[in-house]
Amino acid sequence: MTVTLVNETVQPDEHRGSAQSKRSRRSGSIVSTYSIWKWLTVIAGIVIALAMLLPVLWMAFTAFKPETDIVTYPPTLWPREVTFENFAEVWERIPFAQLYLNTIIFAGSVTLISLLFDSMAAYALARLEFRGSGVVLVLILLLLMIPFQVTLIPLYDMLNGIGLTNTLPGLIIPRMTNAFGIFFLRQFFLSLPRDLEEAARVDGASEWRIYWGVIMPLAKPALLTLGLFHFQYNWNDLLWPLIMSADVESATLPAGLALFMGQHVVEYGLLMAGALLALLPVIVFFLVIQRSFVAGIATTGLK
Amino acid sequence: MTTLESTRLSETVRASRRRGRFARKQELTAWLFLAPAIVILTAFMLYPMVQAAYLSLTDYNLIRAAEWVGFDNYIELLQDPAFWNAFWNTVLYAVVVTPITVGLSLALALFLNRQFVGRAFVRTAIFLPFIVSLGIIAIAWTFLLDPNIGLLSYWLAQIGVVTEQGLLSDPNTAMGAVMFVGVWKFVGFYMVMYLAGLQSIPEELYEAARLDGAGAWQRFRNVTLPLLSNQTLLVSVLALIATLQAFDQIYVMTRGGPFFKTETIVMLIYREGFQELRFGYGAAISIVLLIFVFLLSMIQYGYFRRKQVRY
Repeated sequence: MTVTLVNETVQPDEHRGSAQSKRSRRSGSIVSTYSIWKWLTVIAGIVIALAMLLPVLWMAFTAFKPETDIVTYPPTLWPREVTFENFAEVWERIPFAQLYLNTIIFAGSVTLISLLFDSMAAYALARLEFRGSGVVLVLILLLLMIPFQVTLIPLYDMLNGIGLTNTLPGLIIPRMTNAFGIFFLRQFFLSLPRDLEEAARVDGASEWRIYWGVIMPLAKPALLTLGLFHFQYNWNDLLWPLIMSADVESATLPAGLALFMGQHVVEYGLLMAGALLALLPVIVFFLVIQRSFVAGIATTGLK
Repeated sequence: MTTLESTRLSETVRASRRRGRFARKQELTAWLFLAPAIVILTAFMLYPMVQAAYLSLTDYNLIRAAEWVGFDNYIELLQDPAFWNAFWNTVLYAVVVTPITVGLSLALALFLNRQFVGRAFVRTAIFLPFIVSLGIIAIAWTFLLDPNIGLLSYWLAQIGVVTEQGLLSDPNTAMGAVMFVGVWKFVGFYMVMYLAGLQSIPEELYEAARLDGAGAWQRFRNVTLPLLSNQTLLVSVLALIATLQAFDQIYVMTRGGPFFKTETIVMLIYREGFQELRFGYGAAISIVLLIFVFLLSMIQYGYFRRKQVRY
């Protein structure tokens, strides 16, 4: 099922709207009532949007405030004075470049590796016949129901035993595949037409070639959505990197900033600059491909 | 392929042979495709889960080797005020945040389902909290609520809501504050699910209702709401499961305080497991969490199986 959120289909309200505007040709007063109503909707929308954006706006504006402005009462949203000091300082006070690099490597490699392994497993489950496929599928559905917090202690213990705590491989390896990803892609693969791959199979193409050359290109939208899911989930994750890193240097951005905040509560200008820089890639990424991402979420609930 | 050789065989034998060989080959291929996923899921998900169940029956604590203690951890748990505090905090968080999130996301979806200038902007703004890191943005919320220099604290003071210690340090308001941030974070995500549901409702149904003289409320009550029942069930279960796992904003904003007023189950697992290093006891708490989430997920799975009210 494809869901377009910016849809051009006629909405119930538009009907009412056009009916009213037809009527309004006869009487002027309804025109103004109607447009007032319309404007109220727009204003309500803007108020809601700004309220939702308040912490992001506050963060963005505060990042440009000098310390003296931040502690001046009453606080203002807009900076009374603009400085770039915080952005310069954040790289020195926090091992920010290291955190950034850690986060990119962690979220980036988890996303890529997981997309590969998820899609391979999903291909087998959706397209290949083998004994035990039902068992594997049920197992994956069961794993979907497990809160990952349950595995935290044994997982930490295990990785600690083999010396992988405080390391990027330790962060990455347990996330190299994902039950949700497998299930999500399986559902998508099932919805793809079989003609192309049957033709390839008749031509003697190997299953790997069918998977890589036929199915994967067709699955681009689903892979993009899942990729963004994986990327933002791991980029944003706090608990997992928090327990896996003993110090700020080996943490990711959310864990590192939280640890830094725990030690230096009051340096808000610095923290806000760091937070803004940490959020920026995900926000930009999202704005660029928001339509397919949002449509992907919508379909997971319906499929 | 050795076609020359096989021409000697009769048509039927050849066909069945090929099918047999094909099936066997495909079976092997399938397991090769599954191998990486199965190895990783077994090693880093299934095995740790079994291990958690085992550890919960020991007094393991990272320094001392695990010693079997039977159900001692669970007995201690039931008598531990810290556990019951975390348990009831989690229940409170869940029963307050879930209905508010679901109701608000439906209201926002209905609002955004109408056409108006700037709609795309509003939708993006509502959805944005879902994609940013809760752990990071919670720093901004903490700052907004700072009693001395926080903008939101200042605004609240202007309308007469004054707390001397600040909302996050006041035992009466801290939970409310982290709940508020929890709703703020997820409302856009569920709104998108509702929007998808709204857009799949055929316009003719509204036409018919209108012809029958149904007002806006009646159309909502008798057309929209019943046809959104799938979304409502799914969103409710997802929201409920998410609330049982609340951690990020609580860790950043209050660390479970003041006076453990915001310590949830996951916060307690973190504290017992990774600060007190009581792995056995922490594992027992996480098994309790597992049981709750698993039961709720079964309901969700039942929903997927039962599937759709069709129209």
